[in-house]
Amino acid sequence: MEDLANLFIKSIFIENMVFAYFLGMCSYLAVSKTVKTADGLGKAVIFVLTISVPINYLIDQYLLAPGALTWIGPQFQDVNLSFLTFIMFIAVIASMVQLVEMIVEKVSPTLYGSLGIFLPLIAVNCAILGGSLFMQQKDFVNTFESAVYGFGSGIGWYLAIVAIAAIREKITYSSIPDPLRGLGITFIITGLMALGFMSFMGIKI
Amino acid sequence: MSKDREPLFSKKNRALLTDPLDDDNPITVQVLGICSALAITVKLEPAVVMTLSVIFVMAAGNVIVSILRNVIPTRIRIIVQLLVVATLVALVDQFLKAYAYDVSKQLAIFIGLIITNCIIMGRFEAFALGNGVWKSFLDGVGNAAGYGWILIVVAFIRELFGSGELWGVPVIPQFIYDLGYQDNGLMLLSPMALIVVGVYIWIQRYYNRKLIESD
Repeated sequence: MEDLANLFIKSIFIENMVFAYFLGMCSYLAVSKTVKTADGLGKAVIFVLTISVPINYLIDQYLLAPGALTWIGPQFQDVNLSFLTFIMFIAVIASMVQLVEMIVEKVSPTLYGSLGIFLPLIAVNCAILGGSLFMQQKDFVNTFESAVYGFGSGIGWYLAIVAIAAIREKITYSSIPDPLRGLGITFIITGLMALGFMSFMGIKI
Repeated sequence: MSKDREPLFSKKNRALLTDPLDDDNPITVQVLGICSALAITVKLEPAVVMTLSVIFVMAAGNVIVSILRNVIPTRIRIIVQLLVVATLVALVDQFLKAYAYDVSKQLAIFIGLIITNCIIMGRFEAFALGNGVWKSFLDGVGNAAGYGWILIVVAFIRELFGSGELWGVPVIPQFIYDLGYQDNGLMLLSPMALIVVGVYIWIQRYYNRKLIESD
């Protein structure tokens, strides 16, 4: 239990998707103009990550990793399908995103309208595929652990995008040098936020 | 496609190659492909390898999507595009593992993340689906080069000031260190990548004022 809590905190703060690995920056920069849309996209990312990471964990364990096919029969223990990793992972993610898109369209048409093109683009949000690829490197012992990792990374991403959206809403009232306005200042603020998040690295858990 | 008789490098086609370097840069103007751009720019070598990989994937992918553009049903186009990219990236990954193992270790998951590099999907959607093969090829090379240009500039600055080296070779002479100069370790940390790109955007827009955002 303690391990899970540690993993959860670690995936939110210390290994934050945006500030430590720069994953999902494209939608992070493009959808962070208002808190409301940022909130919607963040939730969608949490949802997709929490589901796709454990599914990909199972696929990795029972299909792709070297010797993963032993459960079919001992003659398969030399089979190594890991070169299919990218294609399998992205297929799972793309179908998950399709599902989320259908749910959001049914449940909240306004959110669907405001997310616009960025909902299908979650499929190509690097944070999602990155979550699965990191999971593959981390040797989790069971599915639940990978689900906690996916959920935690999702929350970390959510925190980052809501925070930057709030700052950007306020910053429209400040006088920033013209050439820096918009994208430039967002980059620099993100850099400063990332510096802040680095202080979490000292935590030993 | 074959109807237009314009020469291979007409003015319009040349613009496809050169615009992405400045006016229409994928990173600083279109805001595509930032994730990998920031994460692998600590040193020059991985940045160059990454650039070459992206140029290959981008050009080949744009050509394939452009050939298939009239056959792909609109509803499933994203999945088809992802499969095209994933296949190309798997090729690059296996190639690097075989011939440049060290670099492939350094790039780690970021080769895989070329699949979800928004530059690639973005150009497929915005260009290759509506244009001929040769134009798409040029667009692919141009955009990947624009992306690579930023990567190399950022990696150059970070490696030079962060570790005093270029391509792993020390370039700052010893007597400067003797005078009390020190490498700026902060440059090697991830937040500085963001700030360097931010400053680059600032400088670029100062000279190219039509890029300034109005809101």
